Amino acid sequence: MTDTATELVSPASATTGEAVRTPLREFWRRFRRQPVALAALTFVALLTLLAVLAPWIVPFDPENYFDYDQLNAGPSWSHWLGVDPLGRDIFSRILMGARISLATGLASVALGGLVGTTLGLLAGYYEGWWDRIVMRICDVLFAFPGILLALGIVAILGGSLFNVVVAVSVFSVPAFARLVRGNTLVLKRMTYVEAVKSIGASDWTILVRHILPGTVSSIVVYFTMRLGTSIITAASLSFLGLGAQPPTPEWGAMLNDARADMVNAPHVALFPSLAIFFTVLAFNLLGDGLRDALDPKIDRK
Amino acid sequence: MTSSATLIAPAPAPTLHLSDDRVLAVDGLSVSFSTSERTVSAVRDVSFHVDRGETLAIVGESGSGKSVTSLAMMRLVEHGGGRIDAGRMLFRRRSGAVLDLATAGPRTMRAIRGADIAMIFQEPMTSLNPVFTAGEQIAESIRVHQGKGMAEARAEALRMLDLVRIPEARSVLDRYPHQLSGGMRQRVMIAMALSCKPSLLIADEPTTALDVTIQAQILQLIRALQDEMQMGVVFITHDMGVVAEVADRVLVMCRGEKVEEGASAGLFATPQHSYTRALLSAVPRLGAMAGTDLPREFALLRMDGEAPVKEAAPQATVKPDAAPILRVKDLVTRFDIRGGLFNRVTRRVHAVEKASFDLYPGETLSLVGESGCGKSTTGRSLLRLVESQSGAIEFDGRNIRELPPSAFRDLRRNIQFIFQDPFASLDPRLTVGYSIMEPLLVHGVAKGEAARQRVHWLLERVGLTPAHAQRYPHEFSGGQRQRIAIARALALNPKVVIADESVSALDVSIQAQIVNLLLELQRELGMAYLFISHDMAVVERVSHRVAVMYLGQIVEIGPRRAIFENPQHPYTRKLMAAVPVADPARRHLRRELVTDELPSPVRALGDEPTVEPLVEVGPGHFVARHPIGAFGR
Repeated sequence: MTDTATELVSPASATTGEAVRTPLREFWRRFRRQPVALAALTFVALLTLLAVLAPWIVPFDPENYFDYDQLNAGPSWSHWLGVDPLGRDIFSRILMGARISLATGLASVALGGLVGTTLGLLAGYYEGWWDRIVMRICDVLFAFPGILLALGIVAILGGSLFNVVVAVSVFSVPAFARLVRGNTLVLKRMTYVEAVKSIGASDWTILVRHILPGTVSSIVVYFTMRLGTSIITAASLSFLGLGAQPPTPEWGAMLNDARADMVNAPHVALFPSLAIFFTVLAFNLLGDGLRDALDPKIDRK
Repeated sequence: MTSSATLIAPAPAPTLHLSDDRVLAVDGLSVSFSTSERTVSAVRDVSFHVDRGETLAIVGESGSGKSVTSLAMMRLVEHGGGRIDAGRMLFRRRSGAVLDLATAGPRTMRAIRGADIAMIFQEPMTSLNPVFTAGEQIAESIRVHQGKGMAEARAEALRMLDLVRIPEARSVLDRYPHQLSGGMRQRVMIAMALSCKPSLLIADEPTTALDVTIQAQILQLIRALQDEMQMGVVFITHDMGVVAEVADRVLVMCRGEKVEEGASAGLFATPQHSYTRALLSAVPRLGAMAGTDLPREFALLRMDGEAPVKEAAPQATVKPDAAPILRVKDLVTRFDIRGGLFNRVTRRVHAVEKASFDLYPGETLSLVGESGCGKSTTGRSLLRLVESQSGAIEFDGRNIRELPPSAFRDLRRNIQFIFQDPFASLDPRLTVGYSIMEPLLVHGVAKGEAARQRVHWLLERVGLTPAHAQRYPHEFSGGQRQRIAIARALALNPKVVIADESVSALDVSIQAQIVNLLLELQRELGMAYLFISHDMAVVERVSHRVAVMYLGQIVEIGPRRAIFENPQHPYTRKLMAAVPVADPARRHLRRELVTDELPSPVRALGDEPTVEPLVEVGPGHFVARHPIGAFGR
């Protein structure tokens, strides 16, 4: 492709000189060209930073500071996003809530992704009975709407934040398993995998060295998108009172608290909703951007 | 851009003059492609013309701009993001009107495409729509361009299928593309292209994806139809053999520019440009090795016009009394086809049927045959990439088929594989250095610095530099990647290398270089090659011995000279006769237009093919005398 004519002179002449184009650099070159995805990445990075630093930067104690003079007060200079019906500072609670939402989202998707990827790799690579069993289990899990499944699991295990993480991760498993299995089925028929097999590499080497890296880009994309969904599901469970318990400043739980005074003090519900909305939107846009940057087929335009 | 300026002028008609027998005159065509990063000029200032009833071949290697030129003529280049920067393309329509294709509007072009200019593409499978029958697709083009009714169009479609010599045309009319073989699909494509009796036919590598006997049929068909319909043909190809077979005149392109144009006899006899000379020196010619016993490297000319470095020495790498390193005895590989309600085995693909051969150290044994003959499956069975049903594969006296997995893994060090597609056989996410090093790591032969040293040595050995080790496959050209694949195959010092169509996907000049490299490495390291190929001319160049496969069986095996100079089996003779020879003086005389198909290796359960031992007809030269497929004796 590069230049057959230069090759006529010397096969080594082409491609020496310029910098090595690693896959990572190629990815960044393509990602950089998407302003929306860059903005989403900035938002996510900023949110993560705030969440990590939250205990040190919150203006008020989110759980134990009650300003009884300003119950349901709107945004002001001292309380940026207003005060809730119990007199707590909403801004502080949202900041601390970001910690919880990001942590539950990340933990549940990581857990689901790990289990799902492993199952999918094995199912796709070995096929046969193992594949059939794993895929039928996935079908069963897929048959339940995600939130219903999570509800059921939390109902069995009891309501706590840890159980929410487990519940949400369970319904991430089949999605990852299916995705990775599909990729594995494609990759294991690639000539380069066969080439590695022909030099005598073990199944483990083939799976870890060649097939997993091949599917990692779609895992990353799906992981990011899934983070958004998982944050919503975790918030919904807390909203229903099954996850984080009062007075923990979880976004879903905050919405639940705001229900009674929705008409008098709409801002109490508005700001946690906006927090959920922007966080999920950012993760989805970031996922879109990652997909466009990682999928070489979209590069053509 | 001066030409477009004249066309905008109020009275353009008088400037469009085309002499009477001329169909197309392209003048100063330039095409460029813009991406967000840069503008690539794909074709620069190319001029040529095509007369009525004449075939112009445009030849060049990948990236030479030959396909872009053809797409520009159809004005399809804009769909791919290209732009015609300059040039005129005067074209005479069937009505006699002359117009400039470079400035014609989209409406005019739609009327011209398919009706006045028709095109045949390389891949007959993807250029036919899988959801319509062959008949519907031909009839559609007739209805659109000739305004005929349903029934009339169908009758016309049937007539076209007869014209392209499809046997039982009426039944083909109602078949879907997947029910037709590659050769049949290409005939349907041709029927479709010719249905409106175009004055210009553009054929873009129409036979590249076909087997050589089918290719010969299609080439003859195109020539015969051209004579009957008196149309101009632009034939785009990379294959000098095909050019010599079909072209009246040849246009050689290199990196977007025309380097040479001339009548094909003259161009092949006395090429003027140094690029053409270098290209022709790399073309394998059937019969070039007549009168010799041993393989020999190509005497390649360099672009800079230097004389060939040296007259290559014959490849005397086989010791006369050595014992075979690999013995294959009665190898049988079949694949089950399941179907029906209970997913039971209904039929079997008889890919390899009792193949037996020996491979001696330092020898190149070629397996030749057309697609589906089982040559690749044989190679893959040797490495147990597919499981065989019976027979023995002995390496160093041990039967590979009976070894436990652990012992077999060690044995794999000695047998390595080079795949056909250099773009697919390297993991795109790993550096080239790691890919080459991997066999060493897998077998625990070397680690760390020692392994790196070995990788550097291998890279230098195959004509690259150690600095290439840190790069990724996408930065290399096809030829370079094949060198990398060879370096990896050599990493463990194998005794046998199986090269499965390893040079087929490469441009001719690169192909010749890789063939020379393989021969050079064999001289130096003394390994044996099992060279699997469909290309008789390349096989003639590289082999000590040749085995011809047909329907899973070896029908003829023997020393290369005996097979090529004295072929005994009718199939071998047919294969030989079908090979296009890169020399217009030896163009095949008009033969009967044949429409044979390759028989299928799929058989019903219990329907075992007959296999009998081969008969010795000369020293080491064995031939099948029992009936196989179409060849009953």
